[in-house]
Amino acid sequence: MRRVLLADRLATATLWALALFVVAILVSIIAYFVVSSIPTFSLAFLFSDPVDSGIGGILPLLWNSAYMLVLTMLLTIPIAVLGGIYMAEYAGENRFTNAIRFSQELISSVPSIVVGLFGMTLFVAGLGWGFTALGGALTLLVFNLPLLLRLSEQAIRAVPADERAASLALGSTQWQTIRHAVLPIAIPGIVTGIVLTAGRVFGEAAALLFTAGVATPAHYDFTFVSLDPRSPWSPFHQATTLSVFIWNTNSEANNPQHTEVAAMSSMVLLFLVLAFNLSSRWLGGALQRRVSGL
Amino acid sequence: MTAPTRTLRVAKPGFRARLDPARRITQAAAALVIAIVALILAFIAWRGIQLFIDAGVAVPEILSPTWQPDPDSGPTTFGLLPFIVGTLEIFVGAALIAAPLSVGLGLFMAEVAPNWARRITQPAMEVFVGIPSVVWGFLGAVLLVPVLRTNFHFTYGYSMLAGQLVVALMILPTITSLSYDAFLTVPRDMRAASMALGTTRWQAIRHVVVPAAASGVMTAIVMGMMRAAGEALAVQMVIGNRASIAFNPMSPIQTLTSAITMDMGNTTPSQPWNMALWTMGLVLLLMSLSFVLLVRRLSARRPAE
Repeated sequence: MRRVLLADRLATATLWALALFVVAILVSIIAYFVVSSIPTFSLAFLFSDPVDSGIGGILPLLWNSAYMLVLTMLLTIPIAVLGGIYMAEYAGENRFTNAIRFSQELISSVPSIVVGLFGMTLFVAGLGWGFTALGGALTLLVFNLPLLLRLSEQAIRAVPADERAASLALGSTQWQTIRHAVLPIAIPGIVTGIVLTAGRVFGEAAALLFTAGVATPAHYDFTFVSLDPRSPWSPFHQATTLSVFIWNTNSEANNPQHTEVAAMSSMVLLFLVLAFNLSSRWLGGALQRRVSGL
Repeated sequence: MTAPTRTLRVAKPGFRARLDPARRITQAAAALVIAIVALILAFIAWRGIQLFIDAGVAVPEILSPTWQPDPDSGPTTFGLLPFIVGTLEIFVGAALIAAPLSVGLGLFMAEVAPNWARRITQPAMEVFVGIPSVVWGFLGAVLLVPVLRTNFHFTYGYSMLAGQLVVALMILPTITSLSYDAFLTVPRDMRAASMALGTTRWQAIRHVVVPAAASGVMTAIVMGMMRAAGEALAVQMVIGNRASIAFNPMSPIQTLTSAITMDMGNTTPSQPWNMALWTMGLVLLLMSLSFVLLVRRLSARRPAE
């Protein structure tokens, strides 16, 4: 009897120790970045150009990360939400929907570097675009579309059946029901999905190495608004993102201060991703309260 | 929590429903997913077999342990075995390290943690899963590798073990969250019944909760392995990238993903070397496919929730 109680105590203590250990790892990672960045970090790092030697800044890379994010989501959101509506509202259980689910599972398991290869052959070489933001965004669409489609489907499915019944009982058509009764309630869930998907764009690097490019831009002239590939506004400009920059800085190690630059860039990236995760919770909650009128 | 089951279903779509443009447009959007995935499969498969068709390499050659892709340094041999073994070592090793930690943590969150602790661990897992792979790779290269070299006397520090540890941390939140979900699906009554018979909480966990959640936990571990096998940059940044078969955790190795990362930029599509990289992509694709089928089998075996 006593041994059994002892085992229970021991197991409980072990599980607590495990949890503490894992949380400690996470805290020390964040602390490492903050502490190691303090001596060299200043706000100017966010707003100046990268340099070959010394600290410099990451403005063009931040710009590219944001640009890729917006472009990718512009392409992904409409298709994913429409597809989600189909899967939740129209689709039955048949071979077509099975094929969609299998495709979703498969693409979420395909390594992103392999998807990058695909993007490189199709957009960079095949269409002869070279390294472009658009090629990178279309490559990211490959993972983000199936993911966001599933998240939107879940958000729409979670709308109570009574809402649909009430709308249909009032004589509205199925599309009117979806448009005016179902979607408004599903929006908080969809927005949470969008923010989560968007957060992944910031972190992704492997798929972008061979599609959006790895070359570190020297300087961007933001007054030059054009489709010309030299303009930072053009979807055809080479768009090295912050994640890719971290990889490249660390791999090439040309800059004598590459460790500091990579550490500070990692810290910025980490905080951006954190902000996305936290805001998806907050935004989802806030929209939920608005929709439910509480 | 499951979504409310919908009793409402527009019966069998009639002729007019099938003409419904909204239905057609949304269906086309969903069909795009199938089209994209089919396109990728076809692409990788086609490019992946060019090594055999175009470069005339015999299929068994890829199982050779020798990787000598550069025609300038003698006769070429396109043995992919070092990379396949390296990939296996990384994902099996990472899963062996991460699984006990993550399943234990999942168990803690589901069975032991008081509410305040769960309010810390759950967001912590969300933050954990969001750390980008280049950040993991960087941490591995600047923190782990020097420690392995100076304190543990690794020749380079860049090693199989470094890769396994970094990837273990990367997949930890994946396995934790999924096994936590698996433990939550075990009905409350089963625990209550066990404890009403006078068992301790740990006995209830060991003999009731864990067996009931076993297939869900297995799925979680396989999903973690899947992520580990496909990870490219974090691995490439810490394993030293030496294309030879090694079983010593202290030696540098190379994986399929890291080889593609390293060599894709230096080769052109007409070179057999480049074609061999595509063949690696095809091998990775086949691995993903087997993981997906494995997960499907595991979840089919799971009792109805």
